[in-house]
Amino acid sequence: MKITRRTALQGTAGAFALGLSGFNFDFTKAEAQAPNVKRGGTLNFAISAEAPHYDPHGSDTYATLHFAAPFYSTLLRFNLSKFPQVEGDLAESWTVAPDLMTYTFKLHPGVKFADGKELTSEDVKATYDRMRNPPQGVVSTRQPTFADIGEIQTPDATTVVFKMKAVNAAMLEHFASPWNVIYSAKDLADNPAGPRTKINGTGPFVFVEHVKGSHVAGKKNDNYFKKGMPYLDGFKGIFTLQAAAMLNAVQGGQVLGEFRGISPAERDRLVQAMGDKIRIEEDSWTLNLLVCFNTTKKPFDDVRVRKALLMAIDRWGGSVGLSKISTLRAVGGVLRPGSPYATPEAELVKLPGFSKDIKASREEAKKLLKEAGQENLKFVLWNRNLAMPYTPAGVFLVDQWRQIGVEVEHKQSDTGPYLATMNAGNHDVAIDFSNLFMDDSSLALSKYLSLSRAPENRSRSTDPELDKLYDDHIRERDPEKRKALIRAFEKRVFEQGYQQPILWWHRIVPTHKTLMGWKMSPSHNLGQQLEDVWINT
Amino acid sequence: MTLASPTLPVETPAAKPRRSNVVIDFCRQQPLGAVSFVVIFAMMFAGIFSPWVAPYDPLSIDFASLLAPPSAEHWCGTDAFGRDICSRLIYGSRTALVIGFTSSFVGSTLGAILGVASAYFGGRIDNWIQRFVDILLAFPLIVLALVVVAAFRKFTVAGVDVNLIVAIAIPIIPRVARVVRSAALSVRVMPYVDAARAAGYSHSRIIFRHMAPNVVAPYLIMLTAFIAQAILAEASLSFLGLGVTEPTAAWGLMLSGNAADFYKQAPWMILFPGLAISLAVFAFNLVGDSLRDFLDPRFKV
Repeated sequence: MKITRRTALQGTAGAFALGLSGFNFDFTKAEAQAPNVKRGGTLNFAISAEAPHYDPHGSDTYATLHFAAPFYSTLLRFNLSKFPQVEGDLAESWTVAPDLMTYTFKLHPGVKFADGKELTSEDVKATYDRMRNPPQGVVSTRQPTFADIGEIQTPDATTVVFKMKAVNAAMLEHFASPWNVIYSAKDLADNPAGPRTKINGTGPFVFVEHVKGSHVAGKKNDNYFKKGMPYLDGFKGIFTLQAAAMLNAVQGGQVLGEFRGISPAERDRLVQAMGDKIRIEEDSWTLNLLVCFNTTKKPFDDVRVRKALLMAIDRWGGSVGLSKISTLRAVGGVLRPGSPYATPEAELVKLPGFSKDIKASREEAKKLLKEAGQENLKFVLWNRNLAMPYTPAGVFLVDQWRQIGVEVEHKQSDTGPYLATMNAGNHDVAIDFSNLFMDDSSLALSKYLSLSRAPENRSRSTDPELDKLYDDHIRERDPEKRKALIRAFEKRVFEQGYQQPILWWHRIVPTHKTLMGWKMSPSHNLGQQLEDVWINT
Repeated sequence: MTLASPTLPVETPAAKPRRSNVVIDFCRQQPLGAVSFVVIFAMMFAGIFSPWVAPYDPLSIDFASLLAPPSAEHWCGTDAFGRDICSRLIYGSRTALVIGFTSSFVGSTLGAILGVASAYFGGRIDNWIQRFVDILLAFPLIVLALVVVAAFRKFTVAGVDVNLIVAIAIPIIPRVARVVRSAALSVRVMPYVDAARAAGYSHSRIIFRHMAPNVVAPYLIMLTAFIAQAILAEASLSFLGLGVTEPTAAWGLMLSGNAADFYKQAPWMILFPGLAISLAVFAFNLVGDSLRDFLDPRFKV
């Protein structure tokens, strides 16, 4: 491996830091990694959904992140060249106490918000306070993640200290979450819900405009704290809700890429049409679609009905067919198949909804519906109107449930109303998503916690037993015991059938070969600040 | 009901036998129209009796038969979910007819009422209505339907999207209103209308009982012609993702979605729905033309 100034500095920082140490990245030398960088130009890229609002703290859809990430910074972030290692963003350096109870971050000096105000440790404190303890009227989907933070201290303007109430072994990675964008303390004091509609960040780009139904545009932040960056003069994220429009835009060069992912058939179409002008990158994806029952509505408050509906789904057969026509691929439990703590297939097939004997499973499902007095069950399946892969998933589920005599009306809606309906609990059954940025179980399992702890739990279930299992597993540092607790959690979730993964996704990203510096990862939430992206014209 | 037919030729003994059987007369004079009627009846039959006519369940997925070419088993092949295209076409005729006929009926009826009222009242009211009609006519049918459907979203009743019907019906209204008004203007000056006014009948009675029945011919012609346009609009809106949603069998929807990804590999995915739409539109247009020729006395001269 080539030893660069960056790796040398990382090593130096590691040697001097107390406990676990972070990276110290001299951004003035960033260009050393890309000596042929060409500056200037505007990057046009496709976003297949429009952001329901601008606030990543209260969102779990990539539509918000692809829209907002270029305008903001985070404390840490993932190094996509060495995923899942973390690196500093606003943090110049950091230390972690050996007992994992104290995290100290030293911020880059002279960082400025787009409105000209200088960033201080108070802004970081206000941001994390908002996420862990959201004020009235503010939704924070990060609340469970940061519930273990006891106190945030700001000894000086560039130092932030997080004192933990309890150990969370994955806390450092959580600090690198792309959703934890730093807001101005003054903005939050003026209006805690302000970031939903107003953008003021310290990121590589400054917000220019959002034309609803059309695009979001940003221009280069001349005061960006990483000198010499970004390389681009600006960007335009163009909303292409129709897959055909997005593919035509990529093919015609109106956009240089779509960073979420396309289906295998779409990939083949682009490759056939564009030959060596298109770059295709593939990876497994830390993302799954879930079937989610509104447990506060009848008859979905009855576990027999929920289990019956889950048992009617032939995931193994569906995986074979759907993987040919959509981004859906792997059968898995609450953790990404193949990841260190994921449940192996031999154990998975014993859980409700994962049997390979689909005939027997459906017979059992019919019996359960009969017992529950729901032989003529009818309901509305609420879904997002994204062609890939929501529509194929909806078509698949409707077919699966018809096979046990259940009549389903499939309703699809734009991202905004789709999320609003589910968040308000106005759905019967919905196709939801679990959008992770890493494989850590404390992140993946949090979606299944009781509604009071996890606003993104759209089954609206309350289950103290699950909450306890979650808390126990976070504290557990023995890998085998931790694994056992994850299995127990997963079994409980599926036995109760509140919500369950349908299939996990496979990520295929098309970009023009003129687009440089963008890095592929297993999550479409990562690497969207676009600071080191450039166009090789 | 008062019928006014001053322009109709006086019936002669020689002409009478030709009108003794309307169906036979129509078939003899308008063979293409008759064939189109047969096509429409076939569509209606398929739509009404689709559970018995269709060889497969149109929603049933069969991944083992993914993108199967036309064969004895699947006459029109299968789509990307392995669903039988022939069965989906048969069920799709329901969607096309329900939305096509309802939209056209609602739009044409409201347009006819507006047109007759405009002609009857005349003066400032006529002027205002016609300028409003001018504004609506400035927008192409599909553009106006797009705006309406995008603004109102979906509202389904018994599986039928009411807003989609409204979206397609609205652009039909001004088009029918303009044509019907011109027919109604000539009726307006008939002595029996003046007599009805002199007798003190209400405006609504004069419009609905004395004028409207005399513009039935252009109304019927417009109604059938706009069924074709409505079917096309429904297919277009579904193609654009604003019409009916998957997995409903609908011809326009069959052309959209992942058909674009697989049409080279499986051209039957777009060929048969395209043919069905073309055939239906062609048939309704021909029926409209034939009816006009058959009913309009000027074409008899």
